[in-house]
Amino acid sequence: MTDLLISTLTQGLIYALISFGVYITYSILDFPDLGVDGTFPLGAAVTAVLLTRGVDPWLTLVAAVAVGALAGLFTGVVHVCLRVRNLLAGIITMTALFSINLQIAGSNLTVDRGTDTIFTSAPVMALLGDMTLMGRKLVVSLVLAVVIKLLLDLYFKTKSGLLLRAVGDNADLVTTLAKDRGAVKILGLVISNALVALAGCIVCHEQRSFSATMGTGQLVYGLAAVIIGVSLMNFYAASPAARGLRKIRGLRVLASPAGTTAVILGSVLYKLCIQVALSAGLPANMMKLVTAMLFLLVLVLSGRKGEAIIHA
Amino acid sequence: MLEVRNITKIYHPGTVTEQRLFENFSLTVEQGQFVSIVGSNGSGKTSLLNIICGSIPIEGGEVLVGGKPITKMKDYRRYATMGRVYQNPAAGTCPNLTMLENLSLADNKGRPFGLGRGINRKRVDFYREQLRALDLGLEDKLDVKMGALSGGQRQAVALLMATMTPLEFLILDEHTAALDPKTAEIIMRLTNQVIREKHLTAMMVTHNLRHAVEYGDRMLMMNRGHIVLDRSGAEKAATSVDDILQQFNALSLDSGT
Repeated sequence: MTDLLISTLTQGLIYALISFGVYITYSILDFPDLGVDGTFPLGAAVTAVLLTRGVDPWLTLVAAVAVGALAGLFTGVVHVCLRVRNLLAGIITMTALFSINLQIAGSNLTVDRGTDTIFTSAPVMALLGDMTLMGRKLVVSLVLAVVIKLLLDLYFKTKSGLLLRAVGDNADLVTTLAKDRGAVKILGLVISNALVALAGCIVCHEQRSFSATMGTGQLVYGLAAVIIGVSLMNFYAASPAARGLRKIRGLRVLASPAGTTAVILGSVLYKLCIQVALSAGLPANMMKLVTAMLFLLVLVLSGRKGEAIIHA
Repeated sequence: MLEVRNITKIYHPGTVTEQRLFENFSLTVEQGQFVSIVGSNGSGKTSLLNIICGSIPIEGGEVLVGGKPITKMKDYRRYATMGRVYQNPAAGTCPNLTMLENLSLADNKGRPFGLGRGINRKRVDFYREQLRALDLGLEDKLDVKMGALSGGQRQAVALLMATMTPLEFLILDEHTAALDPKTAEIIMRLTNQVIREKHLTAMMVTHNLRHAVEYGDRMLMMNRGHIVLDRSGAEKAATSVDDILQQFNALSLDSGT
């Protein structure tokens, strides 16, 4: 039972990286990027190939971020320069990546037990050698999710980050600021897809495998996590508890958590929901159906409250 | 100097709904001139502003700034020296960003948007001072999201943002039309003040004939893609709202609207 909880938490934290990416495209840029379903396995494919060739496990993270960024650049250029509608631009990338991923990996790949992953790499063993593999996975995933959350929070407060938030909010304003709105959108897609590919990379480390179909439904997963997280945050921000905290100096931060915090919570909660369904005896083949239905439920519930998706 | 030379604008070219708005239309606005433009719907006022700003393409002719053609220049590049305030108060600000974030964005126009801090705390006092001058009680609301403010407050901030950094041209597209009469007066006074203080070349489209008569050095009346009345200097000063209203009604009868 504890094992199941730990592995579910780990999954939630790793998949939070997808949700960060989706948060940038969907919540901030108002761009439902279906390319996610291709970029996620792209990160895993590159990672699986590099790991089996004996490359340092930590370097695979850099490689995944780079190829993810390229995929985002492609979607962005297709949308902005070739003027293809956002949904279609993502679909084109997703479809193209299915073949590209298979080309990279050759076929579905398994990383054998003897190969080091980030969870068994020397630096992690030096620090957390006393823990079980499961414990190390949880700690490493937690650190990764928190570090990336903090980096994103910092980025959103920079000039570039402000402009990115502005473009999703009011693109015409960005034009009157003498900035190319298209370039800002492309930047957002690059960052988002880099994060999604990084998620694919970590998942590959965690389960030691790549499969061509592992991307199916990942956008929906990310969207659900973002919407659950943001809806709960809005609900919390309007609650008496948050209002009370807002009055106390020093605790004000706790009253209005950042969107990225909400996204992590949303991701963990969503994984828990799915795990509960599976534990209750749901066949694994039914999982996507449950995912879709849960997502629909979340959409309807969050919509009924009349809460728009408002970013940090 | 701002100039449009022999421009042609055709909506839906090559279709049954083809509509030729401008044919060989020309207009020159001198440096520092404040032009108000009136005219019925469909007369081409807003199209003219959109053409100058590069928001819509033209089928012929040139747009020139200081004698240099900018016809092929992308819209966002043109805004390097232009500011624009729209009719819709929501269009000039980001509703989900705070007022401070909005002002910071506008303050950084013309400089790179890199990885430096988005908000320069040292500028907060300056923003407060500017907001206090608006006299709308905005100086204490820097951390409020723009979307939570009223239309008039948003439009005042939009005007402030559009004119915060050095610029030459101010484009006002019916920017008081969506406001209540009292707020419209406040915004109009502020607009005039900023245009004069910064010596801007301004083009203001308005449906308010009194604003067109009272403010600006030159007044244009447009009808179906033509300038039918062009008054400046003493001649404009001697023009009354009633004069303009009569002209306006005569045109409306001609075109059967």
